[in-house]
Amino acid sequence: MAPIVKMTGIEKRFPGVHALKNVQFELEPGEVHALMGENGAGKSTLMKILAGIYRSDAGDLSIDGESVELDSPRAAQDRGIGIIHQELSLMNDLTTAQNIFIGREPRKSFGRLDENALNRNAAEIFASMNLNLDPKANVGSLTIAKQQMVEIAKALSYKSRVLIMDEPTAALNDAEISELFIIINRLKAEGVGIVYISHKMDELKRIADRVTVMRDGEYVATVGASDTPISKIIAMMVGREVNEEPVEVPDLSEAEIALEVSGLSRGKDIRDVGFSLRKGEILGFAGLMGAGRTEVARAIFGADPRDGGDIRVHGKDVSVTTPHDAVAAGIGYLSEDRKHFGLATGMNVRDNIALASLDKFTGRGGVLDDDAMRKTAQDYIRKLGIRTPSDIQEVRLLSGGNQQKTVIAKWLLRNCDILIFDEPTRGIDVGAKSEIYKLLESLAEEGKAVIVISSELPEIMRLSHRIAVMCEGRLTGILPGGKDTTQEQIMQLATQREAAMQPTGETP
Amino acid sequence: MKTVEETKPVNLLSRLTDTGAHQKLLAFASLIALLIAFSIASPNFMQTSNMIAILQATSVNGVLAIAATLVIITGGIDLSVGTLMTFCAVIAGVVLTYAGMPLLLGVMAAIAAGALCGLCSGTFVAKMKIPPFIATLGMMLILKGLSLVISGTRPIYFNDTPGFDQISRGSLIGEILPSLPIPNGVLILFLVAMAAAYILGRTVLGRYTFALGSNEEAVRLSGVNTDAWKMAIYALAGGICGIAGILIASRLNSAQPALGLGYELEAIAAVVIGGTSLSGGRGTIIGTLIGALIMAVLTNGLRVLSVAQEWQTVVTGAIIILAVYADMVRRRQAK
Repeated sequence: MAPIVKMTGIEKRFPGVHALKNVQFELEPGEVHALMGENGAGKSTLMKILAGIYRSDAGDLSIDGESVELDSPRAAQDRGIGIIHQELSLMNDLTTAQNIFIGREPRKSFGRLDENALNRNAAEIFASMNLNLDPKANVGSLTIAKQQMVEIAKALSYKSRVLIMDEPTAALNDAEISELFIIINRLKAEGVGIVYISHKMDELKRIADRVTVMRDGEYVATVGASDTPISKIIAMMVGREVNEEPVEVPDLSEAEIALEVSGLSRGKDIRDVGFSLRKGEILGFAGLMGAGRTEVARAIFGADPRDGGDIRVHGKDVSVTTPHDAVAAGIGYLSEDRKHFGLATGMNVRDNIALASLDKFTGRGGVLDDDAMRKTAQDYIRKLGIRTPSDIQEVRLLSGGNQQKTVIAKWLLRNCDILIFDEPTRGIDVGAKSEIYKLLESLAEEGKAVIVISSELPEIMRLSHRIAVMCEGRLTGILPGGKDTTQEQIMQLATQREAAMQPTGETP
Repeated sequence: MKTVEETKPVNLLSRLTDTGAHQKLLAFASLIALLIAFSIASPNFMQTSNMIAILQATSVNGVLAIAATLVIITGGIDLSVGTLMTFCAVIAGVVLTYAGMPLLLGVMAAIAAGALCGLCSGTFVAKMKIPPFIATLGMMLILKGLSLVISGTRPIYFNDTPGFDQISRGSLIGEILPSLPIPNGVLILFLVAMAAAYILGRTVLGRYTFALGSNEEAVRLSGVNTDAWKMAIYALAGGICGIAGILIASRLNSAQPALGLGYELEAIAAVVIGGTSLSGGRGTIIGTLIGALIMAVLTNGLRVLSVAQEWQTVVTGAIIILAVYADMVRRRQAK
């Protein structure tokens, strides 16, 4: 069969990132083609090029064998390409019908809207999807799952011949997923080609015909979905060589338990999470995006509310409801977004280090002791090896790695002995990464208890003494660190959905 | 599958009231409460003449507030409505008094000048990506300056244009119903409000006004030319400021070039009291009308009670904070 879509040699660069390197992709009519890869593999970027949202820097895109230039979402829609975005892109203040037909409202003369036709058309689409939705309901008042259905209805309304679904089931429950698959199968029968991006391995076997795997912006392979074991697909996804030395796991069985969390929960985001952390230990948190790792960290830190759960620090129950409480208990949280939540970028290194501990430098009458602040800052600059011309350099002028060290210094000065690092090396170049790793290790050796949240498996493997894996808000397992644990084992736990088939691919 | 009942014929009133109904109910209840309180406090308040004075005082601010509402629903802000009004009045003065053109032409010129200036603001915001606050702040000062330059800093009188003062001060209703001498300015305010409500609720332009304020990126990804529509909305708002310019010039029978600064804040206050969200996506014309009325009733009522003008300003400020706080509380409960 002739492919509807054929992409070859696709290149895309963003400032500082080579997002797509010579990528190819092909889609046939009536096929569900799964696009797999880790976070940041380039799947979404590739599909945004197909949907006319980004333009490729090089490469050819053919539709029905004809080379085309898709320079806007409109151009892609005109070619019959519809996309359902990963982040819902709906207008909450408008009704479902108004959302579906945005930009294509049935009109009467003088730009007047034909609201009756609008609602009627939307109702027809809902009926064809067997969906119980009111065209006049405000989208903002619907559940996330229903909003997702509206997105799908919107894409269908374009009479799309190519439908790109970027993690369509991320927010759906099992019954809703089955509904969605019925719709997908119906579309398949009508000859629509479907690109299906998902992290959920079990869905592959249920819905996909072929699988294309991407890794680090590169095309890896295209294989049949039914005759390829899931384990092989996972191996293709992670297939990176881990040339770091394996972590040496110290014997910590005698060490004091620094942090104990039990029954932590909040709605669907965090479901009954419990673990313990010893002094001197590095506990890695692995999982796919949206698995709930950051949510757990923020709940422990008191930055977000929680429905339930106990937190014990050094064996004592503590009540943490605000970050202030957490810091008082000796818990520090280093956000993945340093610029927004970690640093006052316009201030200098000295002030940033002292920021959380100003009471230490406050003399009589509230006057700050600049001398002491300078000495302390210079101490930490030496100790952590922060590369800066002086302690009065503005932090925004430092590199990512040195900014991260400045944040670490801030929390160390605050006497935090439980440190939660959320994506500590995001936006930091490769050379600086290993320095941060060494710093985290020396912190653990000094007896700090360290949690590292990371989406990069090699980083988790490199650092963790134990590895906690999360999926959909649940802690699906804790694996030992060291060379006996494989990336495949972590991936399996990270995709182990509740009440779903085992990710090995056998039918239960 | 739920069947969709046939949509009923358009009921403009229900159209005006179906979004953000709660805040408007609150605003409406506050308006009634204020009216009752002032009538009890002073017998002079509930006089027909005083009521008409309140309506007349609402007319200019009301029209400006409607213009501000349109822009605010897109998630923007327009600080230039006040000085744009003055600029349009000066343009009318130039066309009518200096050039001696016919009345209709002067009115058209004022509205066209408003729309053109609005289009400029819209271009700064949509095409040049200047934040609306800054773009319209710049326009506000440019227009204030231009008004003074064009008029030579002197008021332009309309004594040579018969009937000009009747645009605002005359009363078509009064000629039909002599017991109800509602000035034309008020009539125009209500016509503008009806038109704006219709555009917001029933036309493509209105749909995109809400959509832009709700999630601009989503609208853009749907293939809509968001820049062009945004410019159109700013232009429409500018045209409405032109109407306000005619109203105030007619009421004063002159274009006062030094006037206008401060009107934008009163207009925005009326919008906010009326329940339109400053973050965009939600808002109604009827709410804005009620907001403008509340401000006029407050000013008038406090004056009738001989409260010093300084205190009237203080009370208005407090009302704005209360109104927005009530909206915040409501939204937190809705979550």
